[in-house]
Parts: sequence; structure tokens; C-alpha cells
Amino acid sequence: MAQIIVVTSGKGGVGKTTTTAALGAALARNGQNVAVVDFDVGLRNLDLIMGAERRVVFDLINVVQGDAKLNQALIRDKRCETLSILPASQTRDKDSLTAEGVSRVMSELSEKFDWILCDSPAGIERGAQLAMHHADHAVIVTNPEVSSVRDSDRIVGMLDSRTARAARGERVEKHLLLTRYDPARAARNEMLSVDDVIEILSLPLLGVIPESEDVLKASNVGAPVTLAAPDSAPAKAYFEAVRRLEGEDLKVSIPTEKRGFLDFLFKKRGS
Amino acid sequence: MSFLDSFFARKRPSSSSVARNRLQILLAHERGAEAEGDSTLLRTLHREILEVLARHVTVDQDNVNIKLDRGEHCSTLEIDIQVPESGLRAHVSTQASHEPDPS
Repeated sequence: MAQIIVVTSGKGGVGKTTTTAALGAALARNGQNVAVVDFDVGLRNLDLIMGAERRVVFDLINVVQGDAKLNQALIRDKRCETLSILPASQTRDKDSLTAEGVSRVMSELSEKFDWILCDSPAGIERGAQLAMHHADHAVIVTNPEVSSVRDSDRIVGMLDSRTARAARGERVEKHLLLTRYDPARAARNEMLSVDDVIEILSLPLLGVIPESEDVLKASNVGAPVTLAAPDSAPAKAYFEAVRRLEGEDLKVSIPTEKRGFLDFLFKKRGS
Repeated sequence: MSFLDSFFARKRPSSSSVARNRLQILLAHERGAEAEGDSTLLRTLHREILEVLARHVTVDQDNVNIKLDRGEHCSTLEIDIQVPESGLRAHVSTQASHEPDPS
């Protein structure tokens, strides 16, 4: 049985797709069999971030509607053979996803893979609810910014009330992943700190991904940042997050401010 | 943090602490609003179910549990009532008085 993880946030543009790709690739590099599934019907992008956009033949909706077999739609990653992507449809209506169809695809994927990562669309409507429905774990991607934190709180409420686990009286295991964190701005109290966000949302912390040019560079070339730049700060943070997802008890490293010469001189005055 | 920054920081609160306070107030309100509508409904249901039950069986009010799960297409209302042995006997005896004893 696979572990099913939904990568969700409510708000758009916070890094769900980047995170799905990076965590999926990191798990696969550890030898796990991983499928990443794009639930963003009509606005698919996971294929592009993973560099598989020219290899899409069939998609999730074709499989849900029985027009293609799961194996025909799954695209195996060229860099990492235990990593597969199930793309979303670009042309179809989002109502073509049915709850029954998604259940069937999820149980079929569960037989083949160790981990299934569902990249949720933004928002709190049908697509987002279908993406989270079967999840055992939720990675709640949040930026240290007021609207993102508020939307994450809404998503937490839905994870607790509208998932299969909630219906069985169980809980989806929730994990906070803080992305686009700028330690310098947080140190100047211009940005919510890691502790602020943890305190407001009261969620356990899975990781802190620093704002980094490596993330954009990786998406430019169509590779998860954990494959494109495995030694970069964001990739290291994703690798750490994956070890935590695999059950390792590992202290979260919080990115710290890179000090310039002037900062060094004023070190004693700074707080 | 430069010397000037720390000098001005004393004069007004930092933008991150304003953000934190605004969020704490807002989320406390939003979480409360969502839960409150349901809890009023649940309290009413609890009271009225007890009233109906009390006409026929003896039930302790702590033994009536009502749970509401909201979903997109359907919500489930779970009502769990534990009837003690003595309460059930009262019910059976009223039934028995209408039917002749087989023995």
C-alpha cells in the first residue's frame, strides 16, 4: 500500500508544483517508487516543471474515463527510473474528474508505487477537494505572508472535515512546509518568522525552503530542484523534508541570514 | 540589522509583528465562526432528541452523542445513543403491556 500525500495550500503561486516535483524526485533518489499526479485540470504544469511536457500522450482524465490504461498515461522520468508522472489534462473541463474515477486511479496507483504525491490545484473547490480526498499525509505549502497563512488555515479545516480519513474518524497527518523564506528579511522583522507561522497555524514543521534563484533555474530547464541542483540550499531542505516524511526524527534546519562584511561589523548591535 | 533599523524599531512595531497580530485575531474569528454555527445546531438537536427519547425511555443526557461531518456533496450526522439496561426495561414493559405474554 502506498503512502498518499497531497501537496496543497489554498493560495496559488506559493510553490505546490515545485514542491511536488522536488519531494517526488528526492524520494525516488532514495530508491522509493514514486508517482507524482497533477490534479490541476486545465492548467497543468507539473509536466513542465518535470521536463516531461513533450512526452504527454494520455492524462489523468483519459484514465479516469477509461479511455487509456494507467500504464499508457504514466511517464517515467528519464533521470530517475523509479519516478513517474501522471499529467493532468490541458483541454478538458475540470468537471470530467469524478470522485469514483479518482478513487479507482488512486487504488490502482497504490498497487504499483510506494508513494503517491498529489499536486493540488489552488483554491478550495472541487479539484482541491478531490486531490486531498485520499491523502494519508498533507504537505501544506505556505509562504511567510498573511494571505498565504490565512488560506493554509482554511485548507487545514478542510483536511480535518472533508477527506476520506476524516469520514472514517481518522486524521490526515498534516505537515507545514514554509517556502520562499528569506532569512535576512525575517531577521529584520519584515517577514513572519518560522516560529510566527508555526504558532499561528499550530502545525508540525516539515521543512523551511529558503527563497533561492536555484528554484527558478531548475524550472527553466525542466528539472526538479532536487535533481538539477542537489547541493543547493533549497534542495538540501527538500531532502531533509523527505527524510522526515520517511519517519526519521530529524531537527529542522532553519535557514540563517548570510552576513556581509557590514553586517559583521554591526553584529553586536543587531538583534 | 543596522544601527538605524534598531533605532527606529523602538518607535513603531515591526511589520512582521503587525502581520502576526492581525492573523491571530482574524483566524481566531474565522475558526470560531465555522465551529459556532455547527455547535448551535448540535445543541438544539441534542436537546430535542433527548425530549423525544424521554417520552419513551430513560436516557442519561451524557449518553447521547451527536457528531456532524460536513462534506461537499453530503454531510453525515452521526447520532449515538446508549440506553442503559434499566431504561430499556421500561421501554420493553410498555410494549409488553400491549401484547399478551406468550408463556
